[in-house]
Formats: sequence, structure tokens, C-alpha cells
Amino acid sequence: MKGIGKTLLLIGATSDIGRATALIYAEAGWDVLLAGRNRSAVQREADDISARTGANVLVHELDILTTSRFEDFVGVVSPLPDTAVCVVGELGEQSRAERELEHAAMIMRTNFEGPALLLGLLAESFAARGSGTIVGISSVAGDRGRASNYVYGAAKAGLTAFLSGLRNRLSGSGVRVLTVKPGFVRTRMTNAMKLPPLLTAEPREVAQRIFAVAEGGRGGDVVYVRPIWRPLMTVIRSIPEPIFKRLRL
Amino acid sequence: MEGWGRYPRHESQAIDCWLPAALAGTVASRTGLIGRGNGRSYGDAAIGEHSTLMCRGLSRMRRFDPANATLTVEAGVMLSDILRSFVPRGYFPPVVPGTKFVTVGGMIASDVHGKNHHRDGGFGDHVIEFKLVGAGGEVLTCSRTHNPELFFATVGGMGMTGIVEEATFRLRPIESGWIAQETIVAENLGEALKALQQTEDATYSVAWIDTLSQGASLGRSLIFAGEHATLDQLAGMPGADRFAAKNAGRFSLPFDLPQWLLNKTSVAAFNELYFRAGARKAAKSSLVHWDRYFFPLDGILEWNRLYGRRGFLQHQCVVPAEDALPVLSGILDRFARSGKGSFLAVLKKLGGGNGLLSFPSPGYTLALDLPVTQEVFRLLDEIDELVVKAGGRLYLAKDARQSRQTFEAGYSRLAAFKELRKVTGADRHFNSRLAKRLGI
Ligand SMILES: Cc1cc2nc3c(=O)[nH]c(=O)nc-3n(C[C@H](O)[C@H](O)[C@H](O)COP(=O)(O)OP(=O)(O)OC[C@H]3O[C@@H](n4cnc5c(N)ncnc54)[C@H](O)[C@@H]3O)c2cc1C
Repeated sequence: MKGIGKTLLLIGATSDIGRATALIYAEAGWDVLLAGRNRSAVQREADDISARTGANVLVHELDILTTSRFEDFVGVVSPLPDTAVCVVGELGEQSRAERELEHAAMIMRTNFEGPALLLGLLAESFAARGSGTIVGISSVAGDRGRASNYVYGAAKAGLTAFLSGLRNRLSGSGVRVLTVKPGFVRTRMTNAMKLPPLLTAEPREVAQRIFAVAEGGRGGDVVYVRPIWRPLMTVIRSIPEPIFKRLRL
Repeated sequence: MEGWGRYPRHESQAIDCWLPAALAGTVASRTGLIGRGNGRSYGDAAIGEHSTLMCRGLSRMRRFDPANATLTVEAGVMLSDILRSFVPRGYFPPVVPGTKFVTVGGMIASDVHGKNHHRDGGFGDHVIEFKLVGAGGEVLTCSRTHNPELFFATVGGMGMTGIVEEATFRLRPIESGWIAQETIVAENLGEALKALQQTEDATYSVAWIDTLSQGASLGRSLIFAGEHATLDQLAGMPGADRFAAKNAGRFSLPFDLPQWLLNKTSVAAFNELYFRAGARKAAKSSLVHWDRYFFPLDGILEWNRLYGRRGFLQHQCVVPAEDALPVLSGILDRFARSGKGSFLAVLKKLGGGNGLLSFPSPGYTLALDLPVTQEVFRLLDEIDELVVKAGGRLYLAKDARQSRQTFEAGYSRLAAFKELRKVTGADRHFNSRLAKRLGI
């Protein structure tokens, strides 16, 4: 396959959504840089993508919790990617997070601190160049805190706000900032759960949506993968707190 | 748990496997285990006696070497993914079965045959090497020179020698994604066998039989011969995209159909239409998209639900060429008289197979579907007798019900297979419901 001379940086390459996204870009002729925590696991995905598509795929080891290494990482990523997609996330266990500070902190740092700092840094480089697209994967769980997963939800809410601010600041700079909220996705993590079909997307569907919005320029800055989530979350956000606190959603 | 035919159904614990590195530990700590690909075998071959290792998570391709067109993939990679990636790049799998929703592990374990078996052999013949996880969790590389006994036991061995972790095989270069197809009409079984003999030089050939016609037109068929179309042939078809990605939409059956829908009249009407349409096209050569040519049934996802909740059986036998005409006539005649509907039966010529338990042997193979009913079991037992007497055998990937006697009569290298299982310790670890039923 002939490359088209563009590069995707995918952070969190061993997740199902990350893998599907990198594959969609590679199929479209992009070069791909995969970053992830476990080198051999990331290499497995890299081999898969290059065997399937013939694309150039490179691997970087990067742990989203090791923020001290981010500046080095962004410094050595070369060429500077055209698009950076961060799919890093960790659901964690809400009940455990209520008792163990360390677990709660891990959820917050993985879903907010790490992705926000890294995408912020990348955005600086993109802004200096005057072009590029930043895609952060947030969550509908960040639209309103709920008893069942508010530690995760709060971290995602933080990321959503961060991306919104970043977008606001870089508006007109040539750098686009997208927030993607996948809703339920059929992945390894949710393999055993019963999910409502109408609200549940396949990883490839999420990936196609990301590609279409980021590279096709269609669909706005904040993307719900399945459109039905938008009105649904509007309703959930508008329930008055005195009532909401007594609901089990 | 159940196979594609939804009969029989057994309890078996499903164990997920996402990483090749985790295989050794999982395998070593279990007994009564069997690997499962995408569950497209019809009966109980992919149902573990106690637990079943779901290999679909082993879905990563490892590398492609364009210099000699060899592809290395993990065993859970689907044939549909290989087609998706490689047809547009000018390569085709060396052998494909009648559905693309199978895994590479399943294709090796069944040594699947395609419409080109008479020329190119089974899938196993194109496998260069694979890694096999044995009873103790050890990973062995097997090829024709490295652990050859294990190699030939695993090809066609229905998972009973261990878990295939990854495999390397050849792809064939193609000039386009189209098949140049020729249709021949055969008025009866004799003509059909002759036509298959005559099309032996064609890369692909297969006959679709109308199972309901009797008497003088018993075995009337359409024979489809095919070649990968060349660029020259494509030039005569303006607008044809060289590697056209997709031809038809597809839909799936969302519910089980009642059994009465599949009666003699509806099937007869369907067959009549099908044959008239085919006959119209006969003699003319036409270009058919690879997806339509090889995988006509995949257009309807979950078509196994056509047969209702009780499920269905597929009977696939092979009989030596010498006696094929009388034996296959006898079989078809019995099916026709029983009035047990099968939309169509498939007839094709096979060459020999190389695995100890490989199904293919030189001769003709006949496959047809039947809904599960009490009388069908009796009918099939009778038919098995004809097959055994002719020196034939039944395909394990389709089997759900054959007797131990039928099986043992058909597979002459069974003793060597069992011995190998004993020596490697596989007999104490890897056991499917099929293995138990047939005493392997
Ligand atoms: C519509 C249809 C058409 C078909 N047409 C043909 C045809 O034309 N020719 C033909 O030969 N077959 C045909 N088949 C049968 C099919 O090709 C085989 O049953 C095939 O093995 C199914 O692959 P699978 O991945 O679904 O395997 P499964 O059904 O899950 O398993 C099949 C066997 O492979 C073993 N196995 C699976 N994965 C592994 C692994 N990783 N390591 C070790 N063992 C493993 C299992 O233990 C089992 O014994 C057809 C089936 C259907 C449904």
C-alpha cells in the first residue's frame, strides 16, 4: 500500500478502541505511531496492523501515569504527528475507590491527569506548527456524576472540560480539538456484561466515527458515537439535583 | 454450548483467551479441554468435554512476507479478515471453505477443502509451519521437517493434539477479485460426475444438486467451474473494479423460523427456480465477485436459524471414484424418497488428504443438510452403511451423530493418531464431545 505521508499518534494502542482506530488510519494509508505501556503488547498490535495493511507502524513505550516522561516523549516523537488520538482510560472499581485512596487516585490520574497533560503538551507543538488534530476520548459518564461510577465520571468530566478549554484557546490557530464520547462499547472489558444493543457500539464503529470526524471534518467538536446519546444525556443532565440524588441510574 | 447445526447441545465451560502468552498456563492446568475457533463446525467437534478454550481473541496477524507471499497469523484470525486485507493487495487464500467466518485454527484442525481440492489439496497442504501448545503447556514448532508426526496429526486432527497458537501459510497471487465462471447443466448424476471429471483442469469446480428430483433426473445438477479472472478478461467488463471490495448487502435472520416453512413444496419451488436461473446462464462464461462465488450463504448471517430451534444435521461423505455412481445414486435416491428437504446438496471431486485424520480422500464428496427429526437419524444410519460398504467416510467437522463403527471403518490411520495422542499426553488433556463420542 502506498502511504499518503501523514502520521497518526495513537496513545493507548492495546485497547480495543485504540487498535481499531489505528487500523482504520493505516487502511487509509497513514503511517502510525503506537504508544502504550507494555512494549511487547504494543508490538503485537503494530505487527498486526502492518501485516494487515502494509503500513509503516512504529512503537513507543509510554505509561500515562509517568507524567515526568511526557516532555521527553513529545520531544522525540518524530515526525510530529498530524493527528493524535488518546484512548487511554481505566474504569476501575467504584466501590474499591470509595475505600482505597490509591485506587481512586489511579482512576483519576489515568483518566484525567495523564491524558490532559499529554494532549496539552502535544497541542503546544501542534500550535507552534500551526496545524494538527487532537482527539481525546472522554465519556458520557462525565456528563453527570452517578453513584455507580462517579470517581471515573469525575475524571472524565475533568478531561471533557480540559479539552473544551483547549479547543476554546486554540480556536483559529489551525489546531482542532475533538472530544469523543463513545457510550457503551463492545470490548474485552464489557465482554461479559449485558449491554443495551441500541446504545452499544462496536470498536470499529467508534474508530470509523473518529476517523470521519477528525479527517473528514464532519460532525462537530463534541461527538457522541451513537447519536441517541446526545438527547439522552441532555435529559439526564437536566434532571434537578433534588430528584436526581434519589434516582438509581 | 452448540455447533453451527445447533445439535447436539452440551454443557462446557467457556474460557476466554486474549493473549498467546497466556495459552501455556491455561492449557497445562486443565483436562477435558478443546480449542474453539468461530464454532462453524456443525456438531460437537468444538465443544470441550469439560471446558472450551475460545481462541477468537488470538486475532492478530503477525507478519506478511511479500517476497514469497507467506502470511503468519495467530490461530484465531478469521478468514474474512484475511480476505479483507489481502484481496485488495492481489492475494487470495490457497484454500477456502464455503463460509468465510472460520478461523485459521479451525481450518487447520479440519484440514478444510475448497472447490480446488482436486488440484491444490486441502488447507493443510499450504501450511508451512505452526506453533502448537501441547498438554504440558509446551510450545512446539511443527512443520514437515520439524515434529512431522505432530504436524500431520494436527492437520485434520480436530483439535485433539493441542492448541494451535499461530500458523504460517502461503497465499496465491491473483490478478483480480473476480472469478470467471462457467456453468454446465447436468441432467442426472452420471452426467454430473462426468462434468466434474471434465472440469478437473479448472482451478475451482463444484456441483449443486437438486435433491428432490427423482428417477431419470436423479442428481440433476449445475456444475460451476471457475478461475481467478485475469486483467484481460476484466478488460471486457467495463466498470468492473479490479479488486471490488464488496458486492452485496447482507442481513441476518433475527428469529427462528417454524419448521413447517421448510417443507417439500417450498424447497422444490426454490430448487426449480434456482436451476432455471442457472440453466439460463449456462454455457456463457460470466464474471462473478469472489464473495458471491465462494461464500453464497454468508450473505444471510445466521442462516442456521432457518431450521428452527431443534437444529439440523449436515451429512458429508466421500466415496471412492470407482463406485461413486451407484453408491451416490443410492444415497440420493433414499434422500429423495424420504422427502426430507435439503435446499441443495453439494457434490465435488476430492484428491487425497495428508493429515492422519484428514477427511479428503480420492473420490467424490456429497454434502447435504437435514433438519433434526427422529426419522432422520434412522435414515442417516442406513446411508452410513452404504458409505462404509463403499469404503467411504464422514467429515468430522460436520458430524454430530455417526457411530463409532462407521468412524472406525472410515479412518484407516486412526491407530497411529491414537498412539500419538497417548505418547504426547494429549489424550489426557484434549477431549471434545466428539472425541468422547467416537472413542478417540
Ligand atoms: C456454511 C458452511 C460451509 C462450509 N463449507 C465447508 C467446505 O466447503 N469445506 C470444508 O472443509 N469445510 C466446510 N465447512 C466446515 C468448516 O470449514 C469447519 O468446520 C471449520 O473448521 C470451522 O472453523 P471454526 O474456526 O469455526 O472452527 P470451530 O468450529 O470452532 O472448530 C473446528 C475444529 O477446530 C478445532 N480448533 C479450532 N481452533 C483451534 C486451535 N486454535 N487449535 C486447535 N484446534 C482448533 C476445534 O477443536 C474443532 O475440532 C463449512 C461450514 C459452514 C458453516
